[in-house]
Amino acid sequence: MTRLTAILAASTFLAGPAMAEMLTLEKDELTFGFIKLTDMAPLAVAYEQGYFMDEGLFVTLEAQANWKVLLDGVIDGQLDGAHMLAGQPLAATIGYGTEAHIVTPFSMDLNGNGITVSNAVWEAMKPNIPTDAEGRPQHPISAAALKPVIEQYRAEGKPFNMGMVFPVSTHNYELRYWLAAGGIEPGYYSEQNTTGQIGAEALLSVTPPPQMPATLEAGTIYGYAVGEPWNQQAVAMGIGVPVITDYELWKNNPEKVFGLTADFIEENPNTTIAITKALIRAAIWLDENGNANREEAVEILSRPEYVGADPEVIAASMTGTFEYEKGDVREVPDFNTFFRHHATYPFYSDAVWYLTQMRRWGQIAEAKPDSWYDEVAKSVYKPEIYLEAARMLVEEGLADEADFPWDSDGYKAPTPAADIIDGIGYDGRTPNAYLDSLPIGLKGDQTVVGSEIQG
Amino acid sequence: MTAVDPTAIEAGHKEARRARWFARLGVADRWFQVLGLAWLTPLIKAAAGDNPRAQMRDVWRLLGVPLLAIAGFLALWAALAPQVQTSLGAIPGPGQVWTEAVGLHEDAVRTAEKKARFEEQVALRNERLVEQGRADEVKEIAFTGSPSYYDQIGTSIMTVFFGFLVASAVAIPLGIMAGLSATANAALNPLIQIFKPVSPLAWLPIVTMVVSAVSAAEGGLFAKSFLVSAITVTLCSLWPTLINTALGVAQVDRDLVNVSKVLKMSPRAKITKLVLPSALPLIFTGLRLSLGVGWMVLIAAEMLAQNPGLGKFVWDEFQNGSSSSLARIIVAVLTIGIIGFLLDRVMFALQSLFTYAPNR
Repeated sequence: MTRLTAILAASTFLAGPAMAEMLTLEKDELTFGFIKLTDMAPLAVAYEQGYFMDEGLFVTLEAQANWKVLLDGVIDGQLDGAHMLAGQPLAATIGYGTEAHIVTPFSMDLNGNGITVSNAVWEAMKPNIPTDAEGRPQHPISAAALKPVIEQYRAEGKPFNMGMVFPVSTHNYELRYWLAAGGIEPGYYSEQNTTGQIGAEALLSVTPPPQMPATLEAGTIYGYAVGEPWNQQAVAMGIGVPVITDYELWKNNPEKVFGLTADFIEENPNTTIAITKALIRAAIWLDENGNANREEAVEILSRPEYVGADPEVIAASMTGTFEYEKGDVREVPDFNTFFRHHATYPFYSDAVWYLTQMRRWGQIAEAKPDSWYDEVAKSVYKPEIYLEAARMLVEEGLADEADFPWDSDGYKAPTPAADIIDGIGYDGRTPNAYLDSLPIGLKGDQTVVGSEIQG
Repeated sequence: MTAVDPTAIEAGHKEARRARWFARLGVADRWFQVLGLAWLTPLIKAAAGDNPRAQMRDVWRLLGVPLLAIAGFLALWAALAPQVQTSLGAIPGPGQVWTEAVGLHEDAVRTAEKKARFEEQVALRNERLVEQGRADEVKEIAFTGSPSYYDQIGTSIMTVFFGFLVASAVAIPLGIMAGLSATANAALNPLIQIFKPVSPLAWLPIVTMVVSAVSAAEGGLFAKSFLVSAITVTLCSLWPTLINTALGVAQVDRDLVNVSKVLKMSPRAKITKLVLPSALPLIFTGLRLSLGVGWMVLIAAEMLAQNPGLGKFVWDEFQNGSSSSLARIIVAVLTIGIIGFLLDRVMFALQSLFTYAPNR
């Protein structure tokens, strides 16, 4: 039996790309970190389907307790790379938080987040939401429906607390964008005061994703913005109602990236390309044949060493549906997009959007010229490595030439107004003009001094 | 022609054999008690026909009553558990816990298969490298998958023993010193009284920072989380051994001490031939207590230091929040209890081997 298994293993090993001939790897034993969220799927799939092994990489995947521990792990070198929030490499490179030059050659997915509020807040919001033909709340729900609820809570002396996962996380910016689009002040950061609650009507603070349902249940927060499966988990537990997904906020917005230190990719260029190749293959598999492999992906993710939540909870969003109120299930086919719409290409315009949001809320204290945004984006996002890996995959016959944007200059076409909840289009090439077009937020040369905006 | 009845001789032999048999049974009984199988002795005696009614009463007390109590507890659990609803579902009853335990075993079997396949692939890789003349790149690669439940149990046991042995190595010499010399006792006593009540969770941050600063950046013989957990176990479990050793040494019979003075025994001989054997019962009591405390502390330390053992298993299941999490946590709780019981039995057996008092 062992001999037969050995022969079978040998044939699978030889059938994959002959690693010895193609790339000489500088380092082949790697440790990657991740947080228990559905969108770590490309890492789990690359391991379980043997894509890492095909490239000659021996990868250990380690769940991290929270985003801070994960970031510190990458900076200290205990983790060679990690599943990261798109804002983390950018914030670390510009020196917000621990300073370190972190880069990314691979965007892990699009969309995948939701904003959930507690049952009590939902009941108070419902009268303000128009209903559609079938009597269900009309989507997308604007935060304007939440504004009267917040005013009522504040009149009663209860601060309206909401949770997000990290000061530079996509969820923080998406929650703020949604609140601002409804006319609610989400608060500013200043150099002295980094709580992000200056002048805020809704007070946002940090909670690690797996602990969010528990914190909502305990009443410490009245709502949160987080990635899946923690929105559906709230519905399953009967403690909250998701009001909007980030797909409805901004269609096909960038979400997570795979981050490595700049030193690592300098010292291990071939290893970086091998990692990117394996991850691209995993992303292709996840979106293959109209999401045919998603069921298997759900089974992998529900294992305790990956995400560990119940398969039913993970399956909802992974298979294209999303449950809002209990029983109100709607089709959201691109909720988790791993490869379609060029999801894995690290676009500079994505980096610039996050930088504009950091500037909008005061994390970047002073105004910067458009060229600065472009420079930072180019130093953190590495599409050249991505394209090199993609080229090798196409030559090996594992990917389709047509799937990759070979000729892109790194900037997506400007987002049409219809794709965004408040109708304000975004063009990555003109970040300052974009900032000026947003009603709530720092514009031009404004800075936050003490507890007010000056300039 | 003898006047002796042959059957009487037979009966005599039989009686002698029976007497020898019961003598052996008496010796074996000591071992049965150590192993928790005390009920075997009266059962065997009853089978051999030695006052069956009295023996059956003993069997009832030693075996029947405990079994009935366990069955009663399981019945109560099965009845009450579904009535408590939490956000993760109802508290699991014995049936669900058993299902999860079986599930964990099956996962462990699958992990073993994955590990075997992984090792074959590594072996193949090494062979190919040698064929290509790159023999210097051959290396052994540790399995990259997550540990199975049995691996985690093994890690916990190794960590607790490492911490316990270090604690004993520190506590026994210090205890002997404190017991032999009143000055040393006065010096050590205030320190012991202050540090004894400190909880392991208070030691943990300090130990983590010290281990991070002192240990090499990568590699090293032990993983950082292993060292942090083991040292926390040491700091908390050294006190029972220390105090009991000091007490045991101080209580050595005055007459024996006088004998050592008369014989002009060197300190080394005095300690090894006189003090240690007399103090051994109390030293072992201290060791047993230390191991018990260490096992309890280990679970908390592992949860926080993320050492891949049972503590981390419980913490991860809690974070996962799936519908089977509560049942798995209960499986872990029962495992922790059973292993704690077995560790205590092992210490008890060792104690019986090394001490001579009849009732310990």
